Amino acid sequence: MIRGTNRTVDIVIYCILTVIAFLSLAPVLNTLAISFSGKVAAMSGQVFFWPVDFNLEAYKSVISDRSFFTSFGVSVKRVLLGGAINLLVTVLMAYPLSKSNKHFPGRNVYMWFVIFCMLFNGGLIPWYMTINTYGLLDSIWALVLPTAVPVFNVILLMNFFKGVPKELEEAAGMDGAGAWRTLVTIYLPISLPSLATVTLFSVVGHWNAFFDGMILMNHKENWPLQTYIQQLIISVNSIMNTTDPEEIKRLSNMSSQLLNAAKVMVSMIPIMLIYPFLQRYFVSGIVLGAVKE
Amino acid sequence: MRSRASIWNYHLMLLPGILLLIAFSVVPMFGIVIAFQDFQPTLGIFHSDWVGWENFEYMFSLPDSRLILGNTLSIALMKIIAGLTVPFVFALLFHEVANIKFKRTIQTIVYLPHFMSWVILSGVLINLLSLDGIINQMIQWFGGDPIMFLQSNHWFRFVIVSSDVWKEFGFNTIIYIAALTSINTNLYEAAAIDGANRFQRLTNITIPGLMTTVILLATLSLGNVLNAGFEQILNLYNPIVYESGDIIDTYVYRSGLLEIQYGLATAVGLLKSVVSFVLIAASYGLAARFANYRIF
Repeated sequence: MIRGTNRTVDIVIYCILTVIAFLSLAPVLNTLAISFSGKVAAMSGQVFFWPVDFNLEAYKSVISDRSFFTSFGVSVKRVLLGGAINLLVTVLMAYPLSKSNKHFPGRNVYMWFVIFCMLFNGGLIPWYMTINTYGLLDSIWALVLPTAVPVFNVILLMNFFKGVPKELEEAAGMDGAGAWRTLVTIYLPISLPSLATVTLFSVVGHWNAFFDGMILMNHKENWPLQTYIQQLIISVNSIMNTTDPEEIKRLSNMSSQLLNAAKVMVSMIPIMLIYPFLQRYFVSGIVLGAVKE
Repeated sequence: MRSRASIWNYHLMLLPGILLLIAFSVVPMFGIVIAFQDFQPTLGIFHSDWVGWENFEYMFSLPDSRLILGNTLSIALMKIIAGLTVPFVFALLFHEVANIKFKRTIQTIVYLPHFMSWVILSGVLINLLSLDGIINQMIQWFGGDPIMFLQSNHWFRFVIVSSDVWKEFGFNTIIYIAALTSINTNLYEAAAIDGANRFQRLTNITIPGLMTTVILLATLSLGNVLNAGFEQILNLYNPIVYESGDIIDTYVYRSGLLEIQYGLATAVGLLKSVVSFVLIAASYGLAARFANYRIF
C-alpha cells in the first residue's frame, strides 16, 4: 500500500519536473523553430516547436550581414582579453586575501577596501564621465578594464583557497618555494573546478554585456554583439508609443519580422559551446566557495 | 626572513587589482559632487556652479518620483518573494528524486537560462508575447482575446517578474540543493524506522533543514529592494508602460545620458547608492549575527 502511493507520488514528481524543464527551454526552442521557418509561417504564428516551411533564408541573411560579424568579432576579442584579465586579477587577489590577518598583516584592510568597492558606487553618470576622461570611449579597453576586478569571483576563489590544507603550503615552504611558486604549483592545480567556475562567470558576463557597449561605443563598428542585437530589438520595441491597436498590431508584426530570430540563435552559440564543458564544474565550484566554517 | 619576503609578494600580487579598483571604482565616487552642482560639461567638475541640495529638491518635486520609487519597490519585492519561494518548492521536488541521471539532466536544463543575456531573452520574449506569438495563439485557442503584454500597464510588471523567475529559478536552487545535501541522511533512516511517511519526513526533516538557508537568503535579499532589474526592464519596456515599469535605474539612464540632465541623474543615482549601501550593510550585519554567515 505504502509502496503503491510512493510510486504514484514519484511519477507525479517526475512529470512535474519534466514539464518544468521543458518550460525552461520552450521559449528558446520556439525562437529556434521560428528561425528555421518561412517568413509567412513565422509571422502568422503557426510555428511552435518545429519549423514550418523549413528554410535557411534567415541564416543566409545573417551570414551576409557584415555588421553582425564585425560585432561578433568585437565580442570574441572582448571575451578573450577580458576573460584573461579577469582570471589573472582574480587569482592574484584571491591568494593573498585567503591568508589570515596574522600571516599577512594588512589583509583585512585590503578586504574591507574590496568589499566597499563592491557595495558602493558613484552611480552611472560619474562612472561614464570617468571613462570619458580617461579617453577610453570607443576603445576595446573600455569594455575590459572597468570590469577587470570581478569581486564576487575573487571572494569565491578566496573561500576555496582558504580550504586548501595548510600542510601543503608548509611543505612547499620547506622546499624553498616562495609565494609565487606556491600559488602556481600548489594552489592552482588543485583549484581547477573553482577556476573553471570563475572563468565561466566572467566569460559569460563579458559575452552577455550590452550596456557598456551601448553607452561607451559611439561607432557602430565597435559595438559588441549584444549591443548590436539590443539596438535591433530596442529600436523596434520602443517606437511603439502609440495606443492605436491597429497601429500596434502593424508595428508588432514588423517587429517579429525585423527581430531576426536567427541572429538571436547565432549569438547564443558560444554560450552553448562552453556550457556543457563548464557546467559540471560550476556547481561543485560554487558550493565549495560558498560553504565554509 | 622568508615570511617577510612572501608578505612583500602578497602586496605585489594585490597591486594590479587594487589599482584597477581605484581607477574604476574609487575615482568615479568623487564624481558624486556633480549631484550638488549645476553641472555643465563644458565647464567640468571644477568650474561648474555649486547649487547645494537643489538637485535633490527638484527630484522630489517631480511628479514622477513617487511613481518611479513605487514601481522600483513593488517590482523588486515581488521578485524577491518569488525568487525565494519558487526555487524552494522546486528544490523540495528535486530532492525527492532518486535517479541521479535524471537529476543531472534536469539541472543542466534549468540552469541554462541564467547564462543567457537579457538582450537575447528579450528578443525571445518579444517574439513569444507578440500578437501572433505562441502565448496569444494559445489564448485564442481557449477563446480569449489576444493580449498586448508588453504594451499594457496591467500586465507589464507581471511579465517582468515571471520572466525573471523563469530565467533565475533554476540557478537559485543551487544553494538550496547544497543545503539539502548537508542534511544528515541518518535522520531519514531513523524517521523511516519510526514509521514516518514521506510527507512527514518532508515536513519534519527536509523543510526544517532548509529554514536556516531560507532565512539567510531572505536577509541578504534586503540589499536588493531597490534593484528591480535594470537590464531586463531596459530591454523590454517602452513609453507606453513607463507608468508601471519605469524604475530608478532606467530613469537615471534616460535623464542622465539621453536628456543630459547630469546633476539630476547623479543625485538620483547617489541617493540610490547610499540607501542600497546601508541596506546591504545592515543585511550582512544581520546575517552575520543570526546565521553566523560571513562572506569574507
